[in-house]
Amino acid sequence: MDTAVAEEETPQAPATEAFEPTIVAFVCNWCTYTAADLAGTSRLVQRPNVRLVRMMCTGMVDPKYVIKALLGGADAVLISGCHPGDCHYINGNYKARRRVKLLNDILDQFGIDRRRLKLTWVGASEGNEFAETVNDLIEEIRELGPIETRDMMVL
Amino acid sequence: MANRIGVYVCHCGTNIAGKVDCSEVARYAGGLRDVVVSRDYQFMCSDPGQDLIVEDIRSLGLNRVVVASCSPRLHEKTFQKACARAGLNPYMMQHTCIREHCSWVTKDPEEATRKAEHIVAAAVRRVARHQELFSREVGVLPDVMVVGAGIAGIQAALDIAKSGHMVHLIEKGPSIGGHMAQFDKTFPTLDCAACISTPKMVAVSQEPNIHLMTYSEVTEVDGFVGNYKVTVRRKPRYVREDICTGCGTCLEKCPTKVISEFEEGIGMRKAIYRNSPQSVPNTPVIDAEHCLKLTKDKCGACEKFCPTGAIDYTQTESSVTLEVGSIVLATGYDTMDPSPIREYGYGRFDNVYTALQFERLNNAVGPTGGKILLKDGTPPESVAIIHCVGSRDANYHQYCSRVCCMYALKYDHLIKDKVGHSVPIYNFYMDMRCFGKGYEEFYERVQGEGVTFIRGRPAEVLEEDGKLVVVAEDTLLGEIVRVPVDMVILCTAMEPRKDTAEVARVFGVSRSQDGFLLEEHPKLGPVSTATDGVFLAGTCQGPKDIPDAVAHASGGAAQALALAAKGTVSISPTTSYINPDICVGCKVCIDLCAYSAIEFDERRQVSVVNEAMCKGCGSCAGYCPSGAAQIKHFNETQVFNELEGLLMPVKPPAPAPEKIEPQTARRPAAEVVPEEAAPEEAMPESAEPAEAEV
Ligand SMILES: Cc1cc2nc3c(=O)[nH]c(=O)nc-3n(C[C@H](O)[C@H](O)[C@H](O)COP(=O)(O)OP(=O)(O)OC[C@H]3O[C@@H](n4cnc5c(N)ncnc54)[C@H](O)[C@@H]3O)c2cc1C
Ligand code: SF4
Ligand code: SF4
Repeated sequence: MDTAVAEEETPQAPATEAFEPTIVAFVCNWCTYTAADLAGTSRLVQRPNVRLVRMMCTGMVDPKYVIKALLGGADAVLISGCHPGDCHYINGNYKARRRVKLLNDILDQFGIDRRRLKLTWVGASEGNEFAETVNDLIEEIRELGPIETRDMMVL
Repeated sequence: MANRIGVYVCHCGTNIAGKVDCSEVARYAGGLRDVVVSRDYQFMCSDPGQDLIVEDIRSLGLNRVVVASCSPRLHEKTFQKACARAGLNPYMMQHTCIREHCSWVTKDPEEATRKAEHIVAAAVRRVARHQELFSREVGVLPDVMVVGAGIAGIQAALDIAKSGHMVHLIEKGPSIGGHMAQFDKTFPTLDCAACISTPKMVAVSQEPNIHLMTYSEVTEVDGFVGNYKVTVRRKPRYVREDICTGCGTCLEKCPTKVISEFEEGIGMRKAIYRNSPQSVPNTPVIDAEHCLKLTKDKCGACEKFCPTGAIDYTQTESSVTLEVGSIVLATGYDTMDPSPIREYGYGRFDNVYTALQFERLNNAVGPTGGKILLKDGTPPESVAIIHCVGSRDANYHQYCSRVCCMYALKYDHLIKDKVGHSVPIYNFYMDMRCFGKGYEEFYERVQGEGVTFIRGRPAEVLEEDGKLVVVAEDTLLGEIVRVPVDMVILCTAMEPRKDTAEVARVFGVSRSQDGFLLEEHPKLGPVSTATDGVFLAGTCQGPKDIPDAVAHASGGAAQALALAAKGTVSISPTTSYINPDICVGCKVCIDLCAYSAIEFDERRQVSVVNEAMCKGCGSCAGYCPSGAAQIKHFNETQVFNELEGLLMPVKPPAPAPEKIEPQTARRPAAEVVPEEAAPEEAMPESAEPAEAEV
């Protein structure tokens, strides 16, 4: 499957020095969490760096959660929910979309690279898409390096 | 009361234990704050597995439980029930997933074990902040609404009506029957379609428990399971249903001819029309767009000649509100327009037909009176049928439409029967899929009638010397074939209705990747949806033939009836709560709530959530600038704690200072860590007192 990580980078042994980012993902119960289940059922291999927090809707992801995660040791945050128009709660994902836009500006002020907050839409049936998103994001953040603020602030 | 947490790590046979070292995870969990017992076990969901939890709650006085196993979408309820059996509030349990999100997707066992530890730590931290919640029972209104009156909707409505419950059957079109009303014969029995559907349609019109509303559409759905308030828009018919006798005089007198949608564009109708003489109801409608009276204030012939005075040009749109306990969606499918597949020549060549057009050609009350004729009025001397047009095609629809092979066989037989056995028929197919009861037998029968089957998707249809030529590779022979025929029939894909997105929005259901309405679970919940009290019936969920659509519809009816018969439903307590001590009355939440569940209490100057209407989406909580709005079971403290657990370092290179050293002594399957006098450690971010219940 195209989503599997390339064979050679899975064994961690030789590359222990390589930076392994920690990523917190706020995913909505109806779409992306289900997609993650499906990725599991389909055994689509993912790097273990992403840790899910199940939310009922991306609309309930309080900006504080994102900041807390980034200041608490996560190198990036992923917010993922239903495709625009498909929200289980009518329009929670639109609200999330607006919020992420605003959050980006706040992140700047915190001195956090805005690439560390990512919003995606992954529908319930898109197990592939989920695994790909996870693996791509890990790759991106790995290149970006550890979060600058890791030990700077406590929230 | 001090927290006493029990942690249960499931092996799921080798599903988890094959990757994750479950004993190690349990050992690790045993060292986490407030954890009194931590076990790993082969199958937590089994009876003995659940008994472990029940026993521990009772004997060790656990007041919080973490189960780490499969996805909570699978077994959260199972473990909640187990807790409840032991007298623990089910919301004091956190079910977390180390299978789908960990053992199944991680390659390296070491990494999988570490990840599982993070996941368990998060759950332990979170559950420490859980609060008791109580679901409420609310009454279920006895009436049911069925939307769409194709064969699926009809079946569902009749089933429900039989039980004595009232059904509101809402149909968008002027009459009921859906696509089945367009057919003459149905596979595999070659029953006359009308003979099996007309009695059902008539039964609908005569059933006192069915309130049929045709030419109507649902525009708004309010409320929640058991208590839906539905607004239905009724389009004006301009003919009074209560007076019209269906004599049909008006249709004869009307001078305006229009291309008929029901005839799939190969026949005409009048500006006042009905789909067929057997239509139910058989009251005609006036098409306001083409009626001379309504557009230009001329003509008026139907009014003049109607013997009962049923014509009423002054009718206007109206809307009614209905209150129902549950809703069955049976809005059906469309067939694909093959024009974009330019190479097949549809729309360019006269005698390239879609399957539905062929159904009308073959129908006794269709435009040719049931004769299979070319555009020039002569019968075809040879026919090609192209399967999988737009189905199983990466450019259009990836899925199989599930009916085309069978109706193609039906056409083979009908052409042989009606036009003559000497007419050669060529089926261009990729695979024959004749999977139903009696279907393979039908295939054999048609093969015996001398039909030619060529395996290969045609490349194009050309016109040469007044003949159509189908060009394909016969993949069995490995040869290019060019087959000249008089008529080509395209078996076009079944696809989601054009307005599916709108329907999905109004009823709050999701769509699957292929665009059809999404069921709750592909195997175990094929008729329910993620929205409680909204069920699916028939092809709105995906391609089906009539037997499957009818069976599915009866399933939907049974689910709706189960709700109605029980009379009550329990409402999830995981709603929003606005703490009146904190709310500043800014009203931001009120506009954000998509369900109008928040009202402003003028006296106290605070916003108040109506829990019956709140769906717990958290739009309000995510935005509330004062933090007054919180979702129960997903409140700030719980999420913060979960995050802390997730981000806690799990393995010592550098042992976390505040962590209790994990115990290393290990007894088989169980491990009891003596209660530590760890007092509730005040956390800076959880300074807010746990939300108060009103
Ligand atoms: C060419 C062709 C030939 C076929 N031949 C056979 C056969 O021989 N044997 C067989 O078993 N199967 C056959 N099938 C399959 C058969 O057509 C379907 O199984 C069946 O019609 C499905 O019924 P349904 O009620 O789900 O959908 P539909 O027949 O599509 O009915 C849906 C109804 O809902 C109404 N509706 C839609 N949206 C709304 C809305 N928003 N509000 C209110 N009402 C709405 C529509 O107007 C329609 O009346 C054939 C299919 C095709 C394409
Ligand atoms: S003529 Fe009048 S009664 Fe007869 S079908 Fe037309 S509207 Fe109905
Ligand atoms: S959680 Fe808030 S926004 Fe969502 S439905 Fe309930 S009150 Fe409305």
